[in-house]
Amino acid sequence: MRLELFNNSSCGVAKLEGELDESCVSEIRQKIDYFIDTNNIAQFVFDFSRLSFMDSTGIGMLLGRYKKLKQRNIPVYINRASGHVDFILSTAGIYTIMQKISQ
Amino acid sequence: MNKFSMKLLSKKGNEGFARSCISAFCVELEPSLEQINDIKTAVSEAITNCIVHAYNGQNDKYIDIIVSLDNGKMEIIIEDSGCGIDDVEKAKQPFFTTKPEQERSGMGFTLMQTFMDSVEVFSQKGKGTKVVMQKTIKKD
Repeated sequence: MRLELFNNSSCGVAKLEGELDESCVSEIRQKIDYFIDTNNIAQFVFDFSRLSFMDSTGIGMLLGRYKKLKQRNIPVYINRASGHVDFILSTAGIYTIMQKISQ
Repeated sequence: MNKFSMKLLSKKGNEGFARSCISAFCVELEPSLEQINDIKTAVSEAITNCIVHAYNGQNDKYIDIIVSLDNGKMEIIIEDSGCGIDDVEKAKQPFFTTKPEQERSGMGFTLMQTFMDSVEVFSQKGKGTKVVMQKTIKKD
């Protein structure tokens, strides 16, 4: 699993590459939380274009970040989830709280 | 008919090994990419349950896995000898989790049921849990 975090004109972006599961989720969570705490951002985007696999562990991580960001009134978006990841996100109802964007 | 079994330590990271192994075993049934992803997800959920819940992070315990292929159908049995589940029906409810403080989504069994044709759970408190999942890969 690779994680890239960057601040693009007050838009925080987390780009995940590889497979998101129990083996890496706590490190991903810590890094994203540190980024949120140390950056001035107005919105946050999860870029899943390179994410090939996710299970319910990833859903838990997303819900946790959503709660943290919501407390700061920062909207969260999902960008370019692949077929399988996209289906899991839909099944878990993630798109009802995080809008899907395509760019 | 084909069959394999393995014994796996309840170690973080082994869920990735198990899902790759088990999904690779069904290639003789010529699965679609979607079916492979379905199996990978269901296996990942079941193994993660063993590591996180049944053994509660103890990484020196074993998970027993038996996979068989018969008549285009795949059966996966994943068994632990961990703490067992208090109420299986409750555990199967979407978003139900005993570990909300760990940001667990409670979607594990829901995803197993979504991706497999059938999921049966046998659990005994203090003895362990056995999950039996089936999926038809190739129709005759």
